[in-house]
Amino acid sequence: MEKPTDKTHTPSLRKRMELEIGVLPSHCYQCGKCTAGCPLNEDMDIMPSQILRILQLELPGYEAKLLGSLSIWLCLACDTCYSRCPQEVKLSQVMDFLRQESVQQNKVNPKAKDILKFHQAFLETIEKNGKLNEVWLTLNYKLKTLNLLQDVNKAPSMFFKGKLNPIPERVHNVKEIEKIFNKVRENEGGTK
Amino acid sequence: MKLGFYPGCSLEGSSKEYSQSLLAVAEKCGVTLEEIDDWSCCGASAAHSLNHDLSIALPARTLALAENQGMAEVVIPCAACYGRMAASQKAMLEDASVLKKTQGFIDMKFLGNVKLLTVFEFLQKYIFPVADQYIVNKLNQKTACYYGCLLARPKELTKLERPENPMEMEAVLEKAGATPIDWAFKTECCGAGFSMSRTDIVAKLSGKILEDAADRGAESIIVACPMCHSNLDLRRPEIKKQLKKDINIPVLFITQALGLSMGIPAKDLGLKNHLVSTGKAVSCIVKKEA
Repeated sequence: MEKPTDKTHTPSLRKRMELEIGVLPSHCYQCGKCTAGCPLNEDMDIMPSQILRILQLELPGYEAKLLGSLSIWLCLACDTCYSRCPQEVKLSQVMDFLRQESVQQNKVNPKAKDILKFHQAFLETIEKNGKLNEVWLTLNYKLKTLNLLQDVNKAPSMFFKGKLNPIPERVHNVKEIEKIFNKVRENEGGTK
Repeated sequence: MKLGFYPGCSLEGSSKEYSQSLLAVAEKCGVTLEEIDDWSCCGASAAHSLNHDLSIALPARTLALAENQGMAEVVIPCAACYGRMAASQKAMLEDASVLKKTQGFIDMKFLGNVKLLTVFEFLQKYIFPVADQYIVNKLNQKTACYYGCLLARPKELTKLERPENPMEMEAVLEKAGATPIDWAFKTECCGAGFSMSRTDIVAKLSGKILEDAADRGAESIIVACPMCHSNLDLRRPEIKKQLKKDINIPVLFITQALGLSMGIPAKDLGLKNHLVSTGKAVSCIVKKEA
């Protein structure tokens, strides 16, 4: 049912999601296949099928519940759910949308902080070089999380196996990449 | 024969041997793979997790470069890069507003006329027709063909007929004289990009994959994705701790396996770059009977 709207009323999380990514939670009839096949269901706080149910019902407080959940960060986008869904609900896109909203509204689950920091370190490395350098990414991630000693014992063997490349490969004109990042950022909050 | 080539970042770093072995097999079969000049990162999981527009714009830049450089087909061996590039291309072709917006971000025109090839499509189209004359060895071992997520799903991008039980990799390994086994974890997730942020999850998921392969007698695991490789190979110490047992099955890239069957020397296929020794897989190999 359509909620009454006025000029000051911001559309609900569900409505915004439907407009932005075109996925309709109403298509889900709760068969539970997504939850059954999810490789991380036992680690999740809200099951994948429940996420869709919560979006369908829009009970009071549902937005905070979803945006603060760990599940949206644990989703690996393996697409097992989507490929088995009889209604072809693109759940991995729902997860992407919820993650982005969760960051924008500062609702990220404390247990997901390292996952978020990894993604941020990754994008920063690309913005600077245009390409990902694993050594740079690792250092950037360690500084963000202060997990300084994680995997240090791996470095020597990886180096001698030719798996570590400390000199970053870069795009010739890195400014181009920076420009893409800036333009995308400027566009945010505008007409998405 | 000359084709476009998008190696992606992992193939310049932790998975150099994937690129090295792919190029060696291609060269053997008379195919030249030409890198897209000045390509950039596809954005991987980080971009689609944090910024939808960026996840389309980053691949779009490289796709537009490939178009400008006159490439008709581009081989993308990394399963994750392929997924992101194909998703970006599809999004722009299907929605004029996405196309317009993205062209603005990258400041380039996008036409959508480059055909993207997965490693399977590349092997089937360009290597299979000539492979028999170059195959001199029989791998002579039981292999577990491991697809993981992104080679199999979503099927509108990967173009596989049977995403739950694909057989494309098995066809390659049979050609190389191996015996692919029937197993349960070929399209289960390895933990992908959680290698550093949630190593415990990678150890758990990759552990299940490795254990099933071992229980069914696999002598090698074959992959076609750098993330699958690093999780199953480089994270072996963490997997061992998780399983509380020592499984020493080596993990080879599909192009390393094919290269071995073509008699390409192990050093040219980067077989020494793995954490888990590939010696066991190499020692099974016998000369192919004429």
